[in-house]
Amino acid sequence: MSTILEMRSITKEFPGVKALQDVSITVERGHVHAICGENGAGKSTLMKVLSGVYPHGTYTGDIVFEGETMEFKDIRDSERSGIVIIHQELALSPYLSIAENIFLGNERARRGFIDWDETNAEAAKLLARVGLGDSPTTIVREIGVGKQQLVEIAKALSKDVKLLILDEPTAALNDEDSAHLLDLIRHLKQQGITSIIISHKLNEIKAIADEVTIIRDGRTIETLALATGDISEDRIIKGMVGRDLEHRYPDRSVVIGDEIFRVEDWTVHHPTDHDRTIIHGASLSVRAGEVVGIAGLMGAGRTELAMSIFGRSYGSRITGRLYMRGEEIQARTVPEAIRNGLAYATEDRKVYGLNLIEDIKRNISAAGIRKLAPRGWVDGGAEHIVADGYRTSMNIKAPSVDAITGKLSGGNQQKVVLSKWLYSDPELLILDEPTRGIDVGAKYEIYTIINSLAAQGKAVIVISSELPELLGICDRIYALSEGHITGELPIEQATPEALMVLMTKEKEADHVIG
Amino acid sequence: MSSASATRPASSRSEVLGFLTSRLRQIGIFVALIVIVLLFQVLTEGRLLTAGNVSNIIVQNSYILILAIGMVMIIIAGHIDLSVGSVAAFVGAMTGVMVQDWGLPWWLAILLGLLVGGIVGVWQGFWVAYVGIPAFIVTLAGMLLFRGLTQIVLGNTQITPFPNEYRQLGGGYLFPQLFPAATSPAEWITVGLGLLALVMFIASQLRGRMKRAKLGLETEPAWWFIVKVAFGAGLILFLTYLLGVAPGSRGTPIVLIVLGVLVVVYTAVMNRSVFGRHIYAVGGNRHAADLSGIQSRKIDFYLFVNMGVLAALAGIIFTGRLNSAGPGAGNLFELDAIAASFIGGAAVQGGVGTVVGAITGGLIMGVLNNGMSLLGVSTDYQQFIKGLVLLLAVAFDVWNKRRARG
Repeated sequence: MSTILEMRSITKEFPGVKALQDVSITVERGHVHAICGENGAGKSTLMKVLSGVYPHGTYTGDIVFEGETMEFKDIRDSERSGIVIIHQELALSPYLSIAENIFLGNERARRGFIDWDETNAEAAKLLARVGLGDSPTTIVREIGVGKQQLVEIAKALSKDVKLLILDEPTAALNDEDSAHLLDLIRHLKQQGITSIIISHKLNEIKAIADEVTIIRDGRTIETLALATGDISEDRIIKGMVGRDLEHRYPDRSVVIGDEIFRVEDWTVHHPTDHDRTIIHGASLSVRAGEVVGIAGLMGAGRTELAMSIFGRSYGSRITGRLYMRGEEIQARTVPEAIRNGLAYATEDRKVYGLNLIEDIKRNISAAGIRKLAPRGWVDGGAEHIVADGYRTSMNIKAPSVDAITGKLSGGNQQKVVLSKWLYSDPELLILDEPTRGIDVGAKYEIYTIINSLAAQGKAVIVISSELPELLGICDRIYALSEGHITGELPIEQATPEALMVLMTKEKEADHVIG
Repeated sequence: MSSASATRPASSRSEVLGFLTSRLRQIGIFVALIVIVLLFQVLTEGRLLTAGNVSNIIVQNSYILILAIGMVMIIIAGHIDLSVGSVAAFVGAMTGVMVQDWGLPWWLAILLGLLVGGIVGVWQGFWVAYVGIPAFIVTLAGMLLFRGLTQIVLGNTQITPFPNEYRQLGGGYLFPQLFPAATSPAEWITVGLGLLALVMFIASQLRGRMKRAKLGLETEPAWWFIVKVAFGAGLILFLTYLLGVAPGSRGTPIVLIVLGVLVVVYTAVMNRSVFGRHIYAVGGNRHAADLSGIQSRKIDFYLFVNMGVLAALAGIIFTGRLNSAGPGAGNLFELDAIAASFIGGAAVQGGVGTVVGAITGGLIMGVLNNGMSLLGVSTDYQQFIKGLVLLLAVAFDVWNKRRARG
């Protein structure tokens, strides 16, 4: 047995953040090596360093591949050495054929003219290797995500891949496609191709990986040999979450009142693929003064659940009931949801939350502008005063509310988003990843704001990828796994391990319903 | 308090310069207009700013300026409208049929013409907002569609003449017989209107500043306020002099009143109404607007209805001025209106732009046209130079934005 890849003390810094610190990993030739870690632990960053997305010189440490120290300048450079990465979001061109996609950027051509016979014949051979029966001339858009994943692998094989990196390859696949993909990885292993697989799904990792390296907070925690079979999922979970809980969360005195909001039997289908169920009959409730968390791994359907509740901004064929203070309400559009006291602060504030080219005050007034304009004409002075009030109370660091939102820091932008929703005067606030991309100090401020909202008797739902955050600020936590609410834990019983078990739990019922 | 220090008289040159650079984007366009006016005034040896010629510039460009108002709103929302020239021609032809073939009174023809424009807007707005076809395609189709309909309606001939009252909107002056130039030292209606506009302008500026000061929101230095108001007042007085007092003056073109009302109303709509706010919000970030409860489709729909009505008005004015409705009327109007919007600071990505900017952009184009014509520059060169001006104006804007960001 020989070592194909060794990454030694890799450290990668972004302005203000150390994404990777002294990470080392050793991959044996012909093995399947899994990398595990929470969202944001640094797995994808590590793979980007390896594949040359972050070129040599932007990180410190050494990459030794097949005994040679490599200095990749870009992806093409790493592909030339036989390292191919398949990203979570597939990089296929939807309107080109399978064969064209396989040889994209690597065309079978003579003197600048493409040899279509050779292209299609070679593509057919590659498709046979990955077990895909479709014709090479099929347009990629017309095949499902599972098959598209296989096309990506065929594309990698066309580049004489030695080390295949798969980032969350089964996140978007159904069980059957996932099983097929895992079989293929085993099959490639027999042909001598080494794989690195990044996955949240512990059962899959146990099923195919020889070793697993656990990364947490940008550091390697340990590498476990799975081949011997005595490593349990619990052991991996402990490695993933076992961080020191020394983060500071503001204290609060909890006064919980009557139920404010309840969802019953909420089922949501994919917006374009109407047969794919994204949320399966979810039910949850929030009481006045309560902060309720929703924990789930990437792809579990957290944002989809929240957005479908908020005026059906996501999904199709939505069924279920919403209750506000015990009375059933309708929220078929966003304006109707806002009228009924709902507010949703998005996880991606730049894309879905703010008008970045506009000033602070106009962003704050966007959702509640009618309160400033009883007859359709906005009272600019009143708007300024309202916005300035939030600037002070939320501690938005800007010279004035005329400052352009796009120039604020992430934390201050988030405060603008929260101000906007507070001004719309909701009864329930759904905060999706409220502290994503925010520095530690601003996080503390956001937590304080959440606490004061609860103290005012509002109901708050917080969606977060960071378990310590949920454990630090919530009174009760729901776990979501593959569109199912798999459990509910009061804060006294909630531990990272207990939540991770629920978050990775698979529902057998899935096959019956789906 | 920040406003206290800002309103203090500027103590140093660098402070003044710093303020001016921060406002470069807003004032750049006005400076450009002034430079171009002065340049042609010198090159034409004073023929540009004569009573007759200024009156001409206003009337000749009025329909483009009206189109530019609707166009900049559509561009702010992130769309485009290529059909306005054809729509203007179509409405002109329809009103021609109404007064000539159907014998309708002029005022009814004008009202029905505006209604036709509204219906055209409903049609295009429906495809853009509710079917989700890009406005570029919908209005490209509309450009062909309504040009075709114009030719069908007219049967490839012209309709002429139009009733005298109809023609007033495009070429008429306010009560021309009341103060004949031979006996009266000045056209007193124009002078009266000019003074009224002056008082209203100064009053509204003062009121706005006092309100902001009372709320503690004033950030503009006093010297800049004085410069701004003095400049605006000077402009109004100069225009009043040219139209009402100077030798050869013919009084106030009716279309100038129409234009003035439209600019004031639409500026208020864009700055102060909920509808206007929603247009900027949708253009700035459509996803965020939708998730803030703004019905972006409804906004898109009404913008196209509004554009249809304004295009109809432009068509009626143009038809009245020429005293004929022809199959080729309004050709390339859409491009002039789009160019005016972009020269006036609208952003291609949407979310940015002002009505006053678009009007100024339109005037820059108009003065360029007029000045070059006075100099005897042939139309091929005129096209060439206008193209260059559009490119440079947008390049300046891009550079300015990059500078502000860096």
